[in-house]
Amino acid sequence: MKIDARNLTCPKPVVLTLEALPKLAPGESLQVLVNDSVAEGNLTRLADEKDCELGVERSGKDVTLTFSPRGEVAASEAAATEAAAFCNVPDRTSAVVAVDTDSMGRGSEELGHILMKGLIYALAHQDQVPDTMLFYNGGARLTCEGSESLEDIRELESRGTKVLTCGTCLDFYGIRDKLAVGGVTNLYAIAQIVAARPGVTVL
Amino acid sequence: MADDAKARQGEKGAAPAPAGEDVKLTKLAECAGCGAKVGAGELARLLSDIRVRRDPNLLVGFDKSDDAAVYRVTDDIALVQTVDFFPPIADDPYTYGAIAAANALSDVYAMGGEPKVALNVMAVPEDMPADVVHQILRGGYEKVYEAGASIVGGHSIYDREPKYGLAVTGFVNPARMLTNSGARPGDALVLTKALGVGVITTAAKAGLAAPADVAAAEAQMMRLNRYARDVMVAHDVHAATDVTGFGLLGHALEMAQGANVSLELDAAAPALLSPRVRELARLGILPAGMYRNRHFAESSVDVGDVPRDVQDLLFCPETSGGLLISVAAADADALLADLLADGRVPDARVVGCVGEAGAAGGARIALR
Repeated sequence: MKIDARNLTCPKPVVLTLEALPKLAPGESLQVLVNDSVAEGNLTRLADEKDCELGVERSGKDVTLTFSPRGEVAASEAAATEAAAFCNVPDRTSAVVAVDTDSMGRGSEELGHILMKGLIYALAHQDQVPDTMLFYNGGARLTCEGSESLEDIRELESRGTKVLTCGTCLDFYGIRDKLAVGGVTNLYAIAQIVAARPGVTVL
Repeated sequence: MADDAKARQGEKGAAPAPAGEDVKLTKLAECAGCGAKVGAGELARLLSDIRVRRDPNLLVGFDKSDDAAVYRVTDDIALVQTVDFFPPIADDPYTYGAIAAANALSDVYAMGGEPKVALNVMAVPEDMPADVVHQILRGGYEKVYEAGASIVGGHSIYDREPKYGLAVTGFVNPARMLTNSGARPGDALVLTKALGVGVITTAAKAGLAAPADVAAAEAQMMRLNRYARDVMVAHDVHAATDVTGFGLLGHALEMAQGANVSLELDAAAPALLSPRVRELARLGILPAGMYRNRHFAESSVDVGDVPRDVQDLLFCPETSGGLLISVAAADADALLADLLADGRVPDARVVGCVGEAGAAGGARIALR
């Protein structure tokens, strides 16, 4: 089994490893990829505590830690149960996603709607969801009543994504009272968000 | 000014709906509490080539690595000046504000002084609900009130990661000021709070900490060092410091180096917030600050055969930790008895003693 715990802050690498160890088949080992010394130190301690032989392989900044349990690692611990619960709490990325249309790509508009619905569904079910989603121009329809993506956008919001729709756009289309998810924003706030982030993905 | 932020918060009519009540404050923080502190070595390096004015009335400046600066105003009045702030260490905003304030006030107590006025230092995300900001401030104001001091202003800015703390001014009689460099061979060392805040707050970020442990850690962090200070100044105390971001061993090392003495610490003596903190340390639930502190102090510490999880706890950053007091051996039992009798310093323990600097030269710490 392999875990990529790079760029995760303490104590998440420990928690992920703690959760994975009891699931190993007898004789199987667990590889955890990390890229900072804190995670490496913490996992080294965990290996001792869980009586695992620890292999360390370095490649540039990346360190692969291979846990080979000497015996069976019990899953009964309260910590492990709680760890599992923790891992279901999704993390957000710092990504800002801008949606300027309710139809994705050029060509058939019908296909474009299907693609957009599928893409937002997929976004809502990623391990990490975007920090912020901005809906403007045609995209403003997606956060309003009648949108086929409402459920997925609500899911994104419940997982921590900030959902913001352009107020000017809602007014232009006369659908401000139809807004069904997230908050209303203005170009000034959008400019602030965009200026503060390294990159904005436009769908 | 803090009130500014609140007012502007209210104006943002078109602002996005706030993230909501269910957002854990600590999730907005990269590091927990004093774990966010820049390492001691790093700080010294950053400041090494900068010109500083010498002033005979500056009794304690940055060069002393002490808790607060002390500036003599008259022969019997000196100003004690300090600032401290950090990102959320508790999910409840009131608790966070009270902890940040207790932690900032502590530096004045560690000098043997009494805080008098304080300024808010605050950064809040633009979309943080006004009530949350209000609760953080209320925590700070009430702690400062309990300390017998007043908040007289402050400054706040917008920032994605919340931060709160205080700049505190207090007074001390220069003749009775307690630096961290006055320890004398033969002294006993007393620690006035339990250890374990660093691992419990780290575990709490992952939902791995027992609620009772989180409550114990928060209650301790909110507790003012005022009570320990008031008892301490009535005894034959030679030096004091408060245990925060550099951990017990980091701050103890500063004390040893300041007086060029060696310290012997009984690793099993400090009270622990919960028996579970050792288990968490063994699992590797340790904040980044532990590794920074270890890296900085390790070469001056003889760890003996103390188990690694206990060592880790002694290196672990504490937030709003206890006072580490170097007291004349003859007065140690009386100091401890008075601290415990106060009722507000229940975890005070004698944790070690002070010896001569080693023959090999230099201040060292030995664990036993």
